[in-house]
Parts: sequence; structure tokens; C-alpha cells
Amino acid sequence: MGEQSPVLEMTGIRKVFPGVVALDGVDFRLFPGEVHALMGENGAGKSTLIKTLTGVYEIDGGEIKLGGVPVRISGPLQAQQAGVSTVYQEVNLCTNLSVAENIFIGREPRRFGKIQWGKMRRRAAELLARLDLDLDVSAPLSSYSLAIQQMVAIARAIDIEARVLILDEPTSSLDTAEVAQLFRIMRRLKESGVAILFVSHFLDQIYEISDRLTILRNGQLISEHRVEELTQVQLVEKMIGKELAALEDLEDKAQSNRERAAEAKPILEAKGLGRTGAIAPYNLTIHQGEVVGLAGLLGSGRTELARLLFGADKADSGELWVDGKKTTLRDPQAAMKHRIAFSSENRRTEGIIGELSVRENIILALQAARGWTRPIPRKKQDEIVDKYIKALQIRPADPERPVRNLSGGNQQKVLLARWLITEPRLLIIDEPTRGIDVGAKAEIQRLVAELSDGGMAVLFVSAELEEVLRLSHKIAVLRDRRLVEELENTADVDADRIMQTIASGATS
Amino acid sequence: MTTIFKNRLFWPALILVVMLGINAFTSNQFITIKDGHLFGSLIDILRGSAPLILVALGMTLVIATGGIDLSVGSVMAISGAVACLLISDLDNQNSLSGVFIAIGAAILVSLAAGLWNGTLVAVVGIQPIIATLILMVAGRGLAQLFTEGQIINVQSGPYSALASGFFLTLPIALLIAAAAVGLTVLLTRRTALGLLLESVGGSPTASRLAGIGARRITIMTYVVAGAFAGLAGLIASADIKSADSISAGNLIELDAILAVVIGGTALIGGRFSIIGTVLGAVIIQTLRVTVVAIGIPAEANLLFKSVVVVALCLSQSPEFRAKVFGRFKSRPAAEKVGVPA
Repeated sequence: MGEQSPVLEMTGIRKVFPGVVALDGVDFRLFPGEVHALMGENGAGKSTLIKTLTGVYEIDGGEIKLGGVPVRISGPLQAQQAGVSTVYQEVNLCTNLSVAENIFIGREPRRFGKIQWGKMRRRAAELLARLDLDLDVSAPLSSYSLAIQQMVAIARAIDIEARVLILDEPTSSLDTAEVAQLFRIMRRLKESGVAILFVSHFLDQIYEISDRLTILRNGQLISEHRVEELTQVQLVEKMIGKELAALEDLEDKAQSNRERAAEAKPILEAKGLGRTGAIAPYNLTIHQGEVVGLAGLLGSGRTELARLLFGADKADSGELWVDGKKTTLRDPQAAMKHRIAFSSENRRTEGIIGELSVRENIILALQAARGWTRPIPRKKQDEIVDKYIKALQIRPADPERPVRNLSGGNQQKVLLARWLITEPRLLIIDEPTRGIDVGAKAEIQRLVAELSDGGMAVLFVSAELEEVLRLSHKIAVLRDRRLVEELENTADVDADRIMQTIASGATS
Repeated sequence: MTTIFKNRLFWPALILVVMLGINAFTSNQFITIKDGHLFGSLIDILRGSAPLILVALGMTLVIATGGIDLSVGSVMAISGAVACLLISDLDNQNSLSGVFIAIGAAILVSLAAGLWNGTLVAVVGIQPIIATLILMVAGRGLAQLFTEGQIINVQSGPYSALASGFFLTLPIALLIAAAAVGLTVLLTRRTALGLLLESVGGSPTASRLAGIGARRITIMTYVVAGAFAGLAGLIASADIKSADSISAGNLIELDAILAVVIGGTALIGGRFSIIGTVLGAVIIQTLRVTVVAIGIPAEANLLFKSVVVVALCLSQSPEFRAKVFGRFKSRPAAEKVGVPA
């Protein structure tokens, strides 16, 4: 492969935003028939590099060569025509249109200016069959899960005769079987000579599928390696630029943390709480200072369970007891009065308000709780916001920047800050580490451990079993929208044990 | 200097100054003092723009939440009808208390109209454009029912003063509008209401999950819009000393929406600018006057107006400015594309 000439060669790429140098002289090469992982922490410049390649941003310096020819990519259409296709982290499709329409949008097969619907549906079905997917192509995309939507996005991307396929966090919302399916497809594409640029925060996946990797840090190129040259620990050290001892620390901390006070009072008790079509009636008790992990596959009802405890959805059966008193949570406001906080898994649609600044996003929940007549004085706002930007290392550290211009991991930290300043007694966090790099992930995990040490109860929802096991005192396992088992996280509980429950649905 | 050029409101403000300049040139009295109060075409323009400023203020808040209120013109008609009807029943139409009661009743009815709109949008869940279309059509019918299809004339000094009276050398209508602007700025920027409004407009779902009572805030904006439209209706009817249910506030909703847009508030909701809206409303009124002042034939009025509006809107677009003036090229790319970097 080394003898081959690269299909894509970027040299000295520079991109400047007001006040920030996002990319500073970055080189990047991509050979035909390889999977190349782009690695780096949040804000390292991965997304920016990809966007210069897909024509979302124009570069301020450097050169891009495709197939040896210098090109100027000035928009997504030019990128596609040059053979660069992209599947973004958040699925960018129209969920109200049919599967076939989504695949062919903008390039529908036409005759005499009229769309040939039959041909379009047929070709869509063929294309999906190549990906081992059997879908009703005339059904609206919204009738399928996020994972399937992701696959449809890939089907669309590969049909555009791509020489370069960019997959930006394609696996963050997929379960294990779906990831395997995606990798099968990626290998097949690789054999046919497509060059794949792959971004993922799951190191195991990187090592499983990639041939080479390029590491960025703070907008600069750190190094390029063949995957087998570098151990995972070395990789992480290069990404975060410091030694991993800090991360190991957490492991010990969480271990000792599991010895919690036995006499802690229950904050919240769900007794047969349920909602038709969302989650079957369940019992769950959460104590002060306790971390309860929710484990289960995508769509197993984890989020639905959590939402009932915040009044985001109304329960239609069962009872909820807070501090030993029976309560009904009609809406989030009611939950917040009991100092329950909930950070949604959908950062972009249910979390941040993109247009508003970092500062405004952080104070939003506290302000809502105080009511509109009692504004938080500006000086106080600045104090709080400064403190949390420092404590959570939100980057860039500019409180007045619109939050939509921050990377995913930093948006997540903004949301955590939003809830932490309300000083909740129970913090429900749904997938806080999804799509976040190792460094930020460790920071968030450490934060959860510290908070529970300080007496806060945490309901921790995550698709990553390792994470749930590491942090939780107690684990509730869900399967098919039912809480099937609740177990103490003792020494003999491991991922296999939980996987078994998820697979078999054993009830004890 | 460049910061002034880059301000979104620079070009609309410049156009306003140019138009006012034309007026100063063509009218023989731009601004003077006569009979102890300010007088001249500038004062006429400001006085004349009072109803539009009021209506556009309410519209700004509604649009900030991602909604729209088409019924403001009809609410103006209802409010004028209620007031004139009550005043015409008075034994002494110049009775101050009688006029105040009539005004109070008209405002109450306008508040109720706003509450109706807000309830349809926020509680029943009808799309704002449809929900307010109901009152836009029905409201005017209601006003005609009140007045039994007649134009109600009143001869009331205190009532007429709303439109043509002066206080401290300034027109009362202008003072009312200024007070409303001040109140709105105070209400939105001195409390947290502005932030919560922008949050609801930016993302209703995320706002609800952040514990914001989005429903109550949305209803409140429609109620405020109703009250301000009612006030505007009183000034408009006092101006012509009668209630004309058919033409009062006719098509004012379009001018109000335009004023909001010229002022830089996006129709999809979120960030809003009160001062921008006021500027927009004054521009529209000035345009209306200027068209007459420079002798554009009546039949070409609407066309001329639309040309100016198109120019205004283009001047607000960074892309367009970049094409026309090369020096605006260095705009921040991150703001152009609304995606996380």
C-alpha cells in the first residue's frame, strides 16, 4: 500500500475562526482501500478538518489534492462531485421523507423532467440489499430507528460513487450487532478501493477496523501511525498530551466509592411506575449519594424510564414517592422543585439552545427555577459561568460564544454545568459520554464519582457497560422496555453477567 | 468605524436618515415650535408611526417565541369599536371618567383577544398562523356586529387627544408608544423574560426540559400583543374620531411583521431586538410619507414601497453585502453555518 499514491493529500491546512486557530498547518493523507482513523480530543480540530474537506468551510491556507490534482472545494456539492461523501455524527436526513427519497434526494432518476418513482424505489432497495438491509423503501424514514437511519445515510453516501467516504462518529448510536454490520460494510467498501476516513471515540473499534491513524491535538498534527505500531495507552497519551496516570486514578476512586453509607435515606422510589408503549411498570429506589446505572441495548427503554422520573413524560400507572411522600411529576418544573435534574441524550434537540451563548445556556435552568421576575444579576452570572468553564474545562473558554459553535463534548459540559449550578439532589444523566473523547469522558466520569461522594444521587444511563460498571453502586438492567433485573454492583458482577441478562432477559 | 458598518442596523438606519433628509428638504416645516408644542413633518411622522410601533412591539415578542399574530388588525378594530360605542352612549362625551372607562373596557377586550390566541397556540396546540387567522377573520366580523355595520362617530375631546393631543410639547400618541417601548425593554431586558423568550423561540423542547414554563410564556406574549394592538386601535380610531370596523388596522399585521424583520429579528424565533423593531416601524411610516412628499404617483406607491423594502432586506444580508462590497469578505464563517465546529 505504501507504494501507492494517495487519493487524498492535504498539506499545511490552516483554518482560522475569529479568535481561534482551529487548524494550524495540518497534513493528512488517505490511500485508496484503507480505513484511516482521525483521532483527537474534542476541539482538537477533527470536525473542522472534515468540514474543510466536505466544503462546509473554506480553508485559509494549505493545499488539498485529490488524485494528485489540486482542488478547491467550495461547497458540499463540489465535494460530492469530486468523489468525497460524508456521513455525519448526527444523522442529516429528512425524517419526514421516505427511505428511497432520502437516498436519492437531489439526484432522483428522471425522464423528461419527471421523477421515475418506480426506478427510484427499485434502486434504493437494491442498494440497501447490498448493505444487508431489508426495509420498506417507501415508508417514512422516521418509522425506523436511529441506527437504521444511520445505515440509510451510509447507503446514500456510497451510492454517490465515492472515492473518499468520511464516517464521522457513525457508531455512537449503534448497538454491538449494528456496529458489526457496519464494519462488514466498511470492509467490503475498502476491498473495492474506497478510502474511508473514520472518526470514533471507541478505541476498540478503531483498533478493530483501521489500518492507520492520524492524531490531532489543539488544531495541530501530532503524528501519523500504522495502527499496530501504537498501543491504546500510547495513543491516548498522544491525544491528551499527558500521561494516563490520572485516568487510572479514577478506577481506584470508583472502587472505594462503592462502599457507600448503608443508612443513606431513599430520595426517590418508583412503585410500579410505567407508561404505556414506552416502559412497562417498574420499581426502583434511589438513595442519597448512590449512583444507579441503567444498562440495556439501544431502545430497551433506558431513556423512557429516566424521563418518567423527571416528569419529561407523564406516567400513566404506578406511584412515585419523593422523600417518603407520594408525588406526581406533571412536568419538568415539578421535578425541579424537588431538585431533580435531567440531562437528555439528545444534546442538540433537547439540550442546548444553539443560538444562545455559553453563559445563557449555563444559567438557563437556574433562571427558570427562580422565575422570570428574579433575574440572576449579571455579575453573579459571570462568576458562576467562569467557575464552571474552569472547573469543567469548557473550550473555548469564551462565555459569550454561541453554544452551537462548540464541539459536542464541550456542549455536553455546558449542559452538565447548567444542571450542576441548580445543586440537584438527584442528577439524571442520559448518555453523557456519547460521542465524547477519552479525556472528556474520564473527566465526566470523575465528576460523577465526586458528586456522589458529596451526597448527590445520580442516575447514570449509558450504552457502555464498562462505564456503567465502573461508576455504579447498583445496576438496573433493561430489556424490551422492561426493567428485568436490579443488582448490586459487587465484585462478582461483570460485563458478561449483565450481557447475559440483556440477552436472556432473566428475571430473578 | 468598521464596527458601525458591521452593525446589522447600520443600513436600515442610513436609509431612514436619507428618507428623513428628503422630507426635510421637500416640506417647508420639518421641525419647529408652534402654539407651545413641537410641530412639523418630523413630528407628524413620529406621531403617525405610533400605532405601528405598538403593534410591531407585540409582534416582536410573539415572533421571538417562534409564533406569529395575524389578528392584530382585527383586535385594533374591536378595540376602537368598543371604545367608540361606549363613548357614543355617554350623555356627555367629554366626560373624562366616561372616556377612561371606555378605554379600560377596550383594553380589557383586547387582553381577552390575546388570551384567546395564546390559548389556541400554547394549550390547544394549533399552529400560530392558523390560530390567529381565526381571530383575524372573526374579529373583524365581531367588531362589525358590535357597531351593527355602522361607522360610529364620536365627538369627544379627551378621546381625540389620544391621537392629536400634546403633553409637554410632545404628541400624546408618541408618548404612549414611547412608554410601551420603555416598558417592553424593561420587561424583557431587566428581568429574565427576554432570555426565557429567546430560549423558547430557539428550542421549545430543550426549554421545557430546562424547566421553563414555555406554555405560560407563549400565552403571555400573545396577551401583550393583544393589549398593544388594542392601544394602537384606540389611537387609530381617536385619529379619525370614529370606529370604522372595516378599514381600522387593515393589513397592519403585514407592516408589523415587516418592521420586525427589518429590525433584525428572524421569523423562526429566538434572538429579538426591540430597538430594531422600533426603527423598522419608523422606517415604514417614513416611507409612506416620503412617497407622497416626493410626488410619486399614487398608483406607483405600492411598487415604490416594495422596491425600498427589497433594498432594505438585501442590505441586511451579509452574503449580499459581501458580493457588493468586497471589504466585507472577512465575515466569520462559523456564524454562517449553524453547525457545531
